[in-house]
Amino acid sequence: MRVGVVTFPGSNCDYDLYKAAQQIGAKVEFIWHRQKNLDGYDALMLPGGFSYGDYLRAGAIARISPVMEDIIGFAEKGGPVLGICNGFQILCEAGLLPGALVRNDSLRFESKDIHLRVEQTDTPFTSEYQKGQTLRMPIAHGEGNYEADDQLLEELEAEKRVVFRYASSDGELSDEANPNGSKNSIAGLTNKSGNVLGMMPHPERAMEEILGSTDGVGVFLSLATNLSTVVL
Amino acid sequence: MEILVKPRPGLLDPQGKAIHHALRSLGWSDTQDVRVGKAIYIDLEAEDSDTALETAQAMCRKILANPVTEDFEVSIVENTERITA
Repeated sequence: MRVGVVTFPGSNCDYDLYKAAQQIGAKVEFIWHRQKNLDGYDALMLPGGFSYGDYLRAGAIARISPVMEDIIGFAEKGGPVLGICNGFQILCEAGLLPGALVRNDSLRFESKDIHLRVEQTDTPFTSEYQKGQTLRMPIAHGEGNYEADDQLLEELEAEKRVVFRYASSDGELSDEANPNGSKNSIAGLTNKSGNVLGMMPHPERAMEEILGSTDGVGVFLSLATNLSTVVL
Repeated sequence: MEILVKPRPGLLDPQGKAIHHALRSLGWSDTQDVRVGKAIYIDLEAEDSDTALETAQAMCRKILANPVTEDFEVSIVENTERITA
């Protein structure tokens, strides 16, 4: 499996993501945001950070980077694209995922471990998890409050595109367990065809016991398993 | 050009909420609501004012505003340094 980690000016989780993909046996390469031609990659990953200083809006400037055109083309052909944190914000700004991420309702930058409930396991990113399983991993963002109108929310729910929700450690949904005010406690969702996943929590920072959790491994392992059985 | 980007009505605006609390705690208890947007000033060369307005609106639709969360308002100001009190 050949994975490309896309680095923008201001990305800061790119090495974490590189290590995570490497850990499950992928051949990983960094892709600079000016690069054109992304032939030969099996999966693309957009890391967290503060691309372009989050100027204008988080992800707004990054999405017009030269590399984005090819990422959109790759996604449209069904290639798996994973956006984490700032990567999620960029995917929303680029129109690969619907909705927007706005300021946390707590008004704080939230940096802590949270719990997620796995809602869907028939995606290339979550097939190694059990439906309803609770995961623990860190969040670190100021703008992770998922915003969508009622019509879009209904569509997302009907099409089972909400993959992760913020929950308590025993998997219950509540306002207290929702760290940023996201509508329907949404922490991660896919596009219509399921090959693009955006999520605010950081699975790449939950890969080893020494980091406090290994619950993030499943995301990368799922991808590796699915890519080894599907030829793109 | 003056471009005002505003949070859409109904959308939670945490910044506005914080400022609202601050104003009330400073004694302006009549403050009913506060919304925070941004103002963007652009020097633009254009044939005429209609073209300038159209260009600025295109900029808003393309990048300056996020249609999911923000509305925009475009106007021509001759001197961006002006102060209106």
